[in-house]
Amino acid sequence: MKKTICIILSAVVLVGLFSGCGSSGKETPKSKGEVNVYNWGEYIDTDLITQFENDTGIKVNYKTFESNEQMYSVLKQGGVSYDVIIPSDYMVARLISENMLEPLDYSKISNYSLIAGNMKNLVYDPDNKYSVPYMWGTVGIIYDPKVVGEVDSWSALFDPKNSGKILMFDNSRDAMGIALKYLGFSTNTTDESQLNQAYELLKKQKPLLQGYVMDQVFDKLESGEAAIGPYYAGDFLTMHQENPNLEFCIPKEGSNLFVDAMCIPKGAQNKDNAETFINYMTATEQSMKNSEFIGYTSPNSAVKNEIDVDDYSKSIMYPDDAVLAKCETYTNLPQATLDYYDAVWVKLKS
Amino acid sequence: MKKKYTGGKIFTALTYIFLYAPIVVLIVFSFNSTKSRSVWSGFTFEWYRQLFTDDLVMSSLQTTLLVSVLASLTAALIGTFAAIGFYNMKKKWRSPLLLINNIPVVNADIITGVSLSLLFVSAGLIMGFELGFGTLLIAHITFDIPYVILSVMPKLYQLDRNLFEAAQDLGCTWFQTIYRVIIPEIMPGIINGLLIAFTMSVDDFVISYFTAGSSVQTLSMTIYAMTRRRISPEINAISTLLFATVLILLLIVNLREERQHKAEKIKEDLLEGTV
Amino acid sequence: MNENAESVRLGGVGSFLDRFRRQAFAYPYIIWLAIFVVIPIMLIAVYAFTSVKGGFTLNNFAGMPEYAPVFGRSLWLAFVATVFCLLIGYPVALAISRTTPKTQRVLLMLVMLPMWINFLLRTYAWMSILENTGLLNRFFASVGVFNWINSLHAGDPNYTPITHFQLINTDGAVVLGMIYNYLPFMILPIESVIVKIDPFVIEAAQDLGAGSGTVFRKVVLPLSLSGVISGITMVFVPAVSTFVISKLLSNGTVMLLGDLIEMQFTGSAYNPHLGAAISLIMMVIVVICMSIMNKFGEGEEQAVVM
Repeated sequence: MKKTICIILSAVVLVGLFSGCGSSGKETPKSKGEVNVYNWGEYIDTDLITQFENDTGIKVNYKTFESNEQMYSVLKQGGVSYDVIIPSDYMVARLISENMLEPLDYSKISNYSLIAGNMKNLVYDPDNKYSVPYMWGTVGIIYDPKVVGEVDSWSALFDPKNSGKILMFDNSRDAMGIALKYLGFSTNTTDESQLNQAYELLKKQKPLLQGYVMDQVFDKLESGEAAIGPYYAGDFLTMHQENPNLEFCIPKEGSNLFVDAMCIPKGAQNKDNAETFINYMTATEQSMKNSEFIGYTSPNSAVKNEIDVDDYSKSIMYPDDAVLAKCETYTNLPQATLDYYDAVWVKLKS
Repeated sequence: MKKKYTGGKIFTALTYIFLYAPIVVLIVFSFNSTKSRSVWSGFTFEWYRQLFTDDLVMSSLQTTLLVSVLASLTAALIGTFAAIGFYNMKKKWRSPLLLINNIPVVNADIITGVSLSLLFVSAGLIMGFELGFGTLLIAHITFDIPYVILSVMPKLYQLDRNLFEAAQDLGCTWFQTIYRVIIPEIMPGIINGLLIAFTMSVDDFVISYFTAGSSVQTLSMTIYAMTRRRISPEINAISTLLFATVLILLLIVNLREERQHKAEKIKEDLLEGTV
Repeated sequence: MNENAESVRLGGVGSFLDRFRRQAFAYPYIIWLAIFVVIPIMLIAVYAFTSVKGGFTLNNFAGMPEYAPVFGRSLWLAFVATVFCLLIGYPVALAISRTTPKTQRVLLMLVMLPMWINFLLRTYAWMSILENTGLLNRFFASVGVFNWINSLHAGDPNYTPITHFQLINTDGAVVLGMIYNYLPFMILPIESVIVKIDPFVIEAAQDLGAGSGTVFRKVVLPLSLSGVISGITMVFVPAVSTFVISKLLSNGTVMLLGDLIEMQFTGSAYNPHLGAAISLIMMVIVVICMSIMNKFGEGEEQAVVM
């Protein structure tokens, strides 16, 4: 029995060692350290990571989060350090106000000059000190017209006749945002009565839902498990490739325009490598490749003309001004409202 | 009069089918040529190929094995000596200590995970370290040791009480007594404890989730992250390989025990024959 | 009297130093326990009773009644899962114990084998089976179950035809996940205890005229109780506190205590004080349940995972 154990343990150790070396056979030139990146799921062309590692010799530890709120919790909890994080506009504003970001050394991010003019000096980082835009896009409804018919309004998500096939955002900001927009209010309102109405609407919706999801939405809509759900425009393009039946619409009541930006949190161990990474991702060639893969819109001014996608995709990536005018961007909310959001979200999910 | 118990047998068979059906589904669809998890469209090894070139999965497998082996060995060491120490204590000290020892076993693992993460984060702020492999290892050792102790204590109680005396009468120092006499006697308990601790470590998800931090990932954590995104049949491939590995290991262990049994039986028969 | 027995067991009235040295083996672990088991739990209590600003507060508990549905649901689902595990596990354990030792070993090995496959994977497996477009529903569709059911309601104007049974994202799916994951933990302890029952006791009962039903009720059942209690413990506690099973099989529509706590620490609503308060209450509930059950069982707790 003892011998057997020894044999098994040594086999285990051998397997462990073996699995560590040369799994993909790539060679990293003399290691220049590493960089810890924390990004949304399904939000990068993984080839770019390998390319970055080969070009610079810096190892990338890539981890993903499901929502801004989750990223915030993990950072606030402490005990972890990331070098590059990619939150959304309102979350960047919140992190800045809570002193959780490092100012960037833009002299190391020369590609910043390639960013389009309308993507600079945005409301969440007006002096361009803490962030570099990564991708932007819109929120809309993704649906299968064969199952739920034509859709042009948020009402479809609350319609009992679609019961059991509806998915909803699994984060408080996007979910409440949709309810508020449907009711005709601003998504940044702090008016308690308006917020309460939005919450009541979400409560009524819950029994109709198939689930609260983030990236799990890909599988469900592609396979036909669900038939309608709100999500981001870029992800729609990805899903459309797998399931051409799906269509996208930005509802007539208006929607959300978001900008995700790369920042460096306080306490980052590899600030230089982080800036190298940010610079790399902002270059036209990389940003374009990334945009083509994930379907989101690059903030890089040259990409719009050079990008190699079909017309339909381009129309989704670059919506016309009339549509953009209907879209509102989230801003950071005062602490009292944030607490309200948290409390209401927990109550809703319970 | 032997009863047939057929009802019981059928029920048991059905239960086993219930236990294994999902695993069979996983294995079958790991060879599916499309990503679908419920429609079969052809045979392929594609997902296995992707699995072996997936750096994250491979490195988290390595992390899991490393942590589990280190943690269970350390737990076996500390636990065995702790058990010997407890054995020698008066009951009024031993009982409350054993009660505290049982806490990681009885407590829900999410509480163990959350409480340890609170400890590590607070201590980390003061002493300047982060969640990482070290904290992961400490967490695993913490919940492994109780299993070792619970496995070794019964063996200690089965010891002949005069062993200590006998050894010392024959001239052993207490050091030698422990190493040459006691430990070999309780070895089955130690081995069992080691195996259970190893199993618990490999299978753990929740405690690792809260204590591993940003730089390391165990296999369970990687699998969890995979289920929260677009699901790739890579997960099915992982399941199949895990299943095959464990099955082979168990077969080996059982076959060896069978052979040992047979060898012992033959020896016994021979001895009885001559006596 | 007791002292004498103790000192004989402790190896004679040898030198105090000797005994001390042997006890000292446990000291490193006692320190370990203090740092890594006791202090963390105290930290939870501290967090539970403090507010974000740092002062003592009972506010975290004030909001508890709002979460009563979550507590209730978790306890109820865990209870249902435990009962089913018992109803399925006990007969199976009984059946296994009646086979030859060699078969027993094989059967027990087969019960343990799924346990070694990561429980995330085992839960994920059920997704493929239970989904609306999953295996079960496809199977029902292919044999015409839905067509048949729809035809029964042919004349009803209010009836919408069904294309699938709602299996996933229900309480039932979560309970099924719990049963599937924890059933081996019920079977193993019970079997190991039943097997130790002296067969002569059963024979004696039969000789005294008891039918098999009575033998079971009055002899086997009471003697196997300690195994049953171990099993219940090893099923109920994880079931009450899981968050993975509900996340995978209900997509966030069925929220359990584990989900609630996870949300407060690394999830979408950061509030470790609330999370600690809920954890504290969960610990208290578990301790109460354990002590109630210990009244039924007797003797020391042992992890019966053999």
